[in-house]
Amino acid sequence: MVKGWNWDGFFDYLTNYYLFEGALVTLGLTVFAMTAGLVIGFVLAMMRLSRHKLLSGPAVFYIWVFRGTPLLVQLIIIYTGLPQLGIKFTVIESTLIGLAMCEGAYLAEILRAGITAVPSGQVNAARAIGMTEPQVMRYVIAPQALRIVIPPLGNSVNSVLKTTSIASIISMEELLRRTQVLIQERFLVLELFVVAALYYLAMTTVWDLIQRRIERRFGKAYGPISAGKH
Amino acid sequence: MANPETVIELHDVSKWYGPSFQVLKNCSLTVAKGEVVVICGPSGSGKSTLVKCVNALEPIQQGRISVTGVEVSAPKTNLPKLRARVGMVFQSFELFPHMTILENLCIGQRKVLGRSTAEAIVKAKALLERVGLTAQASKYPGQLSGGQQQRVAIARALAMDPVAMLFDEPTSALDPEMINEVLDVMVALTREGMTMMVVTHEMGFARKVADRIVFMDEGEIVEVGERGTFFDNPQTDRAKAFLSKILSH
Repeated sequence: MVKGWNWDGFFDYLTNYYLFEGALVTLGLTVFAMTAGLVIGFVLAMMRLSRHKLLSGPAVFYIWVFRGTPLLVQLIIIYTGLPQLGIKFTVIESTLIGLAMCEGAYLAEILRAGITAVPSGQVNAARAIGMTEPQVMRYVIAPQALRIVIPPLGNSVNSVLKTTSIASIISMEELLRRTQVLIQERFLVLELFVVAALYYLAMTTVWDLIQRRIERRFGKAYGPISAGKH
Repeated sequence: MANPETVIELHDVSKWYGPSFQVLKNCSLTVAKGEVVVICGPSGSGKSTLVKCVNALEPIQQGRISVTGVEVSAPKTNLPKLRARVGMVFQSFELFPHMTILENLCIGQRKVLGRSTAEAIVKAKALLERVGLTAQASKYPGQLSGGQQQRVAIARALAMDPVAMLFDEPTSALDPEMINEVLDVMVALTREGMTMMVVTHEMGFARKVADRIVFMDEGEIVEVGERGTFFDNPQTDRAKAFLSKILSH
């Protein structure tokens, strides 16, 4: 039976508070995953860049494991598998841990690329005026690396925003999970999922605009005159 | 230290890249206070490496280097503190591209020397005036010409009140018409009695202001001469061959 498109149902769900809350949860998960991921990623990046095998080795291993397995599998292991060993996390805990650890691995590689992209001459110049190694990192490498990593970091935000939907598999009540729950009500599958898609699209679009502003701000030292040189 | 006037002393310095490639071979050199020493030689002769060893941007494996009596390669030496006292100017300027010109001149003063922002700015502005770039203070390095950037780089080094200045081919990356504006600043510095070690191919500059010329080849200091004797009457065949190549036109 062809039911056709139900505009009333569509608008009902578009203004549904339960779904709106789900979108807020998605947003919260994204902010958390990026923040925690950046902290984990920075530590991993510094470890990986270290000359000591005892530091770089574990970082390489961690990144290998978490980038080499799907988040879906990681979440199921954390939430459903670990209780077998007596390690129990709630749905929210499992989601936060899984997202942060997985994102940390990806962000580590982005940050590492940014740090290594700063020319070594800059490090020499900073050392030559007497900066200590932490000062070199803070005042010379980090600000330049940050500008380099903003586009890929923005890409990550966009990607994480959508990836959080995977947490619905362990019944995390974010946007997708709540969309699925609502199907039981009126079976308006197409209308519901188009609404969910619009929510995701709205959030990624707003992020796009924010990212452009951030890029402009960090690019102000590199005006049109130097565009070709750097 | 034998001579209280000695600022930089290299004693029997050797350096290897990897296990077998020796870039510096038993180099010894003393630079007295106020002296200008120009280091020349064919590319790959180790002259840039030699100056980078003075402030320990490059480690050495053998020998001794001291700056105003402080041994550079001693494990206990506070390297940041030592480097803050030795100014260095690089071939590719290496201004910090994310900072304005004024910030470039202040960052070391504030974070390394602990000067107040106001103090640092006064000093920075005075130095910018000296290198003729007052109008560029709020610009970013990418908006300046190469010659202007290198003058800023000299000012940034001077802002730290160094006891000596190291120049590593300061004009080699410049367009020809910008070389003189940088050399002028350097000549002015020599007049003020700054102790300088300068790696350069600018033999005109060497003839004009160098107290001594050091000629290097294949990691060795082959010849050290007063500017007059070195140019007019080089003692070694290698120096003669080098000079005939670069002075022929």
